[in-house]
Amino acid sequence: MVLFALRRLNLLLFTLLMLSVVAFSLNYFFPGSAIVNITGLVNATDAQLASYEKLYRMDQSVFFQYLAYLRELFNGNMGVSMSTQNPISEELITYLPATIELSLAALLLAMIFGVPLGFIAAIFHNKVTDKAILSVAMVGYSLPVFWLALILILVFSITLSWFPSSGQLNLLFEIEQVTGFKLIDILLSDSPYRWQAFQDALEHLVLPAITVAIAPMTIFIRLARTSMLEVLESNYIKAARAKGLSNIKIIYHHGIRNALVRIIRDMGLQFANLMTLAMIAEVIFDWQGAGSWLIDSIFQRDYTAIQGGLIALATFTFFINILADFIYASLNPVERYTRHATR
Amino acid sequence: MTVKSDSPLSKMTGYLMLALLTLLSGCEPANTEDSIFTDGLVYCSEGSPTSFNPQLVTSGTTIDATTRQIYNRLLDFNRDNYQLEPSLARSWHVTNDGKKITFYLRKDVAFHQTRYFKPTRNLNADDVIFSFERILNKNNPFYRAARGNYPFFRGIKFEQLVEKVERIDDYTIRFILTRPDASFLSNLGAPFAVILSKEYADQLIAQNEPSMLSMLDYLPIGTGPFMYKEYRPNAFIRYQRHDQYWKHPVAIEKLIFNITPNNTGRLTKLLTHECDVISYPIAPQEIRSRDDLQLEEVTSFNVAFLAFNTIRPPFDNPLVRQAVSLAINREAIINAVYFDQAEIAHSLLPTASWAYNEPQTKLPYSIEQAKQLLADAGLEQGFTLDLWAIPVQRAYNPDARKMAKLIRSDLARIGINVNIITYEWSTFLRKLSDGEHQAALVGWSADHPDPDNFFTPLLSCSSARSGSNRSFWCNRNFDQLLAKALSTRNAKQRRDYYLQAQQLISEEFPLLPIAHAKRAQAKTSLVQGNILTPFGGITFADTKKLAGEKQ
Repeated sequence: MVLFALRRLNLLLFTLLMLSVVAFSLNYFFPGSAIVNITGLVNATDAQLASYEKLYRMDQSVFFQYLAYLRELFNGNMGVSMSTQNPISEELITYLPATIELSLAALLLAMIFGVPLGFIAAIFHNKVTDKAILSVAMVGYSLPVFWLALILILVFSITLSWFPSSGQLNLLFEIEQVTGFKLIDILLSDSPYRWQAFQDALEHLVLPAITVAIAPMTIFIRLARTSMLEVLESNYIKAARAKGLSNIKIIYHHGIRNALVRIIRDMGLQFANLMTLAMIAEVIFDWQGAGSWLIDSIFQRDYTAIQGGLIALATFTFFINILADFIYASLNPVERYTRHATR
Repeated sequence: MTVKSDSPLSKMTGYLMLALLTLLSGCEPANTEDSIFTDGLVYCSEGSPTSFNPQLVTSGTTIDATTRQIYNRLLDFNRDNYQLEPSLARSWHVTNDGKKITFYLRKDVAFHQTRYFKPTRNLNADDVIFSFERILNKNNPFYRAARGNYPFFRGIKFEQLVEKVERIDDYTIRFILTRPDASFLSNLGAPFAVILSKEYADQLIAQNEPSMLSMLDYLPIGTGPFMYKEYRPNAFIRYQRHDQYWKHPVAIEKLIFNITPNNTGRLTKLLTHECDVISYPIAPQEIRSRDDLQLEEVTSFNVAFLAFNTIRPPFDNPLVRQAVSLAINREAIINAVYFDQAEIAHSLLPTASWAYNEPQTKLPYSIEQAKQLLADAGLEQGFTLDLWAIPVQRAYNPDARKMAKLIRSDLARIGINVNIITYEWSTFLRKLSDGEHQAALVGWSADHPDPDNFFTPLLSCSSARSGSNRSFWCNRNFDQLLAKALSTRNAKQRRDYYLQAQQLISEEFPLLPIAHAKRAQAKTSLVQGNILTPFGGITFADTKKLAGEKQ
């Protein structure tokens, strides 16, 4: 297990190093002077810029500049946003939790509905139920996410007035930001309207979470189905059958648990996909997260924010991947001995 | 391989179920406390403010968000007859030579009390003097903190006009002017001439930290009906009612600006009642057809125009400017962009202005003449033009990109290839002030009814330096005409000068006036009271919200 952990952490380190090289080189590819692109100080005086040039060793070779850049990055200094002049790290702390909250809610939805549906399809292999579930999954997978978002808004917000169409919380509720996770912040706050706000926040979460969840859910359906089919074909299930266990017992005691282990492995991979979908959903639902923040930054040519957002989102996605790997490995001892990066 | 039932996995399933239960239990109807929805009002605005001090800006979005919410001015304009009326100054007096103007201040005006400032006294002469000193006195620390960037005041040459501001007693001040200026009082009623707190400024200086000085403009303190509470760029502004507001009690307790640049997004939020009021609505027919919504319009003094950057080729040549002006079909624009809720602009001034005169010869729409002029300028083979279009909806221009597309197809007929360029609003304004554009579709909403407010900020030499003159056109004769008009108190003579100035514009084509539009806004029927004003932004001081269902 230790060896496995070391291998994974090694991979994490090198990937992050590559990422930082890419982000660093962007400073030179973006228009404008490199030092302004790194610091984001568009209105700085020459004296200020000179002191920053010293900090980033702009007089030395590119390699030393990179080292200085890494040093600042590890200190949490990503410069300031060119458009708001707030530190990028502060903005990320403000916006990233909202994205994580949305992604987790969507992941939860996708698992809760996707996995059981996949199992049902596998149990009724090649029957009408199976075919129906598979075709629904196919349709769900082919729906463009922005279209789905607009349809949901049109039906559930505008026509039926069941759910709000935008934001995380009605702005009339004043909830102080502590963790950045709206639901947690509401529970932590001492507002007299706390439960009302909590309900309001949940209502705001429903449509964006469904939007983001649909595509991963269909993938979970197919994964769960394949996984369950494989498990049902395996020898220990045949042995259990031969022992005379009923079908329900076989599936409940042996099938589900073993099939779930394989799904965990792919959960990490799905997370990257989920983040991309979340970014689009954030823009449409006016969700104040890192995704819409990053897209705004692109429109505003806010190069420091683009870099910071890139590093933060990529690091986070990669981190989740590694985490899923660890969970999988702890559940499934066989995995610990396979070489990394072989699949 | 089997997994035992006490494995981490089954525990995880358990946690998942627990989480789900928590989620579901939250859905129980909480005891309905509706006051939070009736005491608060959400206004969906079209963009982020660039500052919280109107002294530093010209953008209408910032004026909407700040001036009449946070601040008051010495004078105000009557909503109906456009005449000056008292505000923080309860009365005023102008000497016969027009060079000394005395203001008598109210004594009962309280400043905002917030988490960052606790006032110990009411408004007095010191505050008024400070508010103008920071603009006039280059040694004032706050002048330097803002880098002396007061576009409106620079545009009207405020520092050359005002010799000094005198303190007569605690509640009386006097402006001494270097020359009489007929538009001076109107300028003090403009949304930029707000009154700040000197006590707050002194508190900032006492902190002895240079970066704190700019807090005067970012953590504002004023005397207006609402005080600043929180701002998140591109997301929202939160205001709280000022309970000691001097003028009258305010009904709205919490005022939220929900920043929604997307036109469709604002309409959606109105339809779902997430916003109580939205700025610049699209689909007016749909809004009118619904019982729960109302559309309001107000005649406002504005103009949309195409500014030619006269210091960069090809528009440094007046022939090219004229050719492009002739080739644009403005009638089609009025029809397609404004849905006929506007009129073709024959001058910078709207027809309601007293200095407007119907021109004898109006600019025709003529492809042939345009081609001829281009040939005279040696550009018969055409050229490529970067046309900048404002990214937001403004009162004067509901859809600049659509307008730009219409212009692109018009200009294609005389061989000009148009690229439409746009940026996010604050970036757009910055690049525009730097003169990076060739031609830009912009506009102007007047700050007060005086005709000078159209000419000086838009086309004078001083505004070319401050950047609010998007044409960067500087004409000595034109500036002289404006100066003469300001120095006379004879209304007929003033009008003559302005007519000559308009004549000069129609010969030189520094810009092509396109339309005078009405400003519209939509709200739910629960919201009552006037919000739109003919000049300088919106106000929520007189607004109240009736109780109704939340959704």
